[in-house]
Amino acid sequence: MAGDTPMLDDLEKGPWPSFVKEMKRAAKKNKAAEDLVGVVELSYKDKITHWKHGGIVGVTGYGGGVIGRYSDVPEQFPNAEQFHTMRINHPSGWFYNTKSLRTVCDIWEKHGSGLTNFHGSTGDIILLGTKTENLQPAFDEYIEHGFDLGGSGSVLRSPSGCVGPARCEWACFDSLDLIYDLTQSFQDELHRPRWPYKFKIKASACPNDCVAAIARADFTIIGTWRDSLSINQEEVKVYAEKGMNIQKDIVANCPGSALTYDESNGELHVQPEDCVRCMHCINKMSKAIKIGKDRGATILVGGKAPILKGAFLSFVLVPFMKIEPPYTEIKDLLFKIWDWWDEHGRNRERVAETIGRRGFKEFLKGVDLKPVPQMVKHPRTNPFVFF
Amino acid sequence: MKKTDIGPPDFRMMLPDIIKENYGKWQHHEILKPGLMKHVAESGSELYTVRVGSPRLVSIDFIRDICDVADKYCDGFLRFTSRSNVELLVSKKENVEPMIEDIKKLGLPIGGIGDCISNIVHTQGWIHCHSSATDASGLVKAIMDELIEYFTEFKLHAKLRIAVACCINMCGAVHCSDLAIVGIHTKPPKIDNSKLSAVCEIPSTIASCPTGAIHRHPDKNINGLELKEERCMYCGNCYTVCPAMPLADPVGDGVAIYVGGKVSNARKAPMFSKLAVPFIPNNPPRWPEVTSVLKNIVEVYAKNSRKYERMGEWIERVGWERFFSLTGIQFTEQHIDDFSGAMDTLRSTTQFRW
Repeated sequence: MAGDTPMLDDLEKGPWPSFVKEMKRAAKKNKAAEDLVGVVELSYKDKITHWKHGGIVGVTGYGGGVIGRYSDVPEQFPNAEQFHTMRINHPSGWFYNTKSLRTVCDIWEKHGSGLTNFHGSTGDIILLGTKTENLQPAFDEYIEHGFDLGGSGSVLRSPSGCVGPARCEWACFDSLDLIYDLTQSFQDELHRPRWPYKFKIKASACPNDCVAAIARADFTIIGTWRDSLSINQEEVKVYAEKGMNIQKDIVANCPGSALTYDESNGELHVQPEDCVRCMHCINKMSKAIKIGKDRGATILVGGKAPILKGAFLSFVLVPFMKIEPPYTEIKDLLFKIWDWWDEHGRNRERVAETIGRRGFKEFLKGVDLKPVPQMVKHPRTNPFVFF
Repeated sequence: MKKTDIGPPDFRMMLPDIIKENYGKWQHHEILKPGLMKHVAESGSELYTVRVGSPRLVSIDFIRDICDVADKYCDGFLRFTSRSNVELLVSKKENVEPMIEDIKKLGLPIGGIGDCISNIVHTQGWIHCHSSATDASGLVKAIMDELIEYFTEFKLHAKLRIAVACCINMCGAVHCSDLAIVGIHTKPPKIDNSKLSAVCEIPSTIASCPTGAIHRHPDKNINGLELKEERCMYCGNCYTVCPAMPLADPVGDGVAIYVGGKVSNARKAPMFSKLAVPFIPNNPPRWPEVTSVLKNIVEVYAKNSRKYERMGEWIERVGWERFFSLTGIQFTEQHIDDFSGAMDTLRSTTQFRW
């Protein structure tokens, strides 16, 4: 029984939708959810977590996708003693039809607490709270209805990508199809851990990077183009007429100093070789300025959070690659990276850390790529060079 | 033989007709108001997107409520964003306003598109995580209750992205956000040598420490570990590999606030968030000290930034010294980096402001 929960009750008030209300909604129908409310209230009172460290649980044939979770206060809250999580791999772009979504809910009502995250940080549907004995039946039913587990542990985590060509004029490749294809192609890598640590793939179809691929993925795919953006002068004039200060708001913000605006005739011109494809002018003048036509992606590697050698933003590995089915070039590159990392990586070392320890030079040899200036901010400043 | 490895459903079954018909053929879009945008395809088709805030930790009945709305107005299709917003996609303009009314009846806010604060990316916290140094859902609720006007109205010069991670593992990867709230421990692990050798691998636990603070216990009769506490920076990596080294502490745990990160390449290159406030103790259920610091930073940024300037771009322009003086946040020794890459953060120029 949850008992009185004055601290959580306070979080039912206020304008932003309340997770406490959601927990209590689930608690009306499910004893584990009811006890969860009590466990969390106790954490609020004690200012400390009441979940124990790990626990290995899973489903037959898989090495991940389920996170074992046990409470450290099972006497007080017996129904939440086991509160395991299942990760369900989301469809590309987090698009759903309501029939599928209702099915996900119905199965979780039967086998779990009724609480979820839509979605977890990596992208999966997170189903929070079930007992060990329910895992296999829940999994079997999800598989029956076309859903599979996502990744956890030292595996390929569920790849994710932006909304892409489904609803965006700036998609330089089909992020949804690419993510679906990679996810299907690497099911073994996703479900059975065999690497030093986790590996994440994310794809944003333009340099706005709506899924934060550069910060969150070991393998980052960001759409770009090789030719020039195009400018419709009639539409430029419309923006100016509507009060946009094109010189100040657009030209002065261009990081490549590639734009010039002629106030006498109201025309905006670009020097394509100076454009760094930052997206600012395109973002602000969506009707007038279009992305280039020779489209593909920049491939970057190494993005990760601070554990353990510090956070990294992904760095450029391949300045331009065409991204088209069957995506052979990108898959070949992934296999080369995984082979090199598997060979040289230490336990719990992300690929950026292995690269940092062994050197980017050695990594490039390992994946058969030649050094190009686009890979560095600047060349080295010290004279300690190996020949 | 049971089926395995089928992967996720094909996204193509999840797309409404208007998207199937105009896939890859969108021409431009306009943000009509916070939470409403219109995409126009080459064919002339118009697609309206309504963005709805969600607490992310939701019951299946919440999902069913949203499905009811999508069935009524969106031909039974919807999507979620990477920041856990719900997006309802409407092909008939006349459905937009009635749908917005229905969403409001559910008590859900509409906003987060354009120069707004969008939903807060966050982690599990005390709901579900063994290594959390704070709660995530509660912090998010307390922060968004304070800042909701920035979600539902245009009050900023650029978008502002907030993220909460309940420990420095950052499973929410918050380290490139305009505002990042990170749960931190400030006390070293308490080693339990009575069970350590039974539940942990001693060499890999020693190897897990980035500062070399962990070594074998000097007493040969104790099969366990000892910690040089002065070397510990509370990263918790040892606890991740060894359950007998817990470091959560009701007094020592709290949050740090980082500012000025971004991932978009627009204008300036992507940048990390940098430390603004080193430590604020946990004060549930509403963390008032955290929300007041954040509100102040947002207000100072809104007042002093220029058109289109993200938090980090504004700080780079005015300088960190002015960030601290304008916000009234104290600069302390904790702000000076002493981890990897620290020397690159020192200022080797006489250019600065008073």
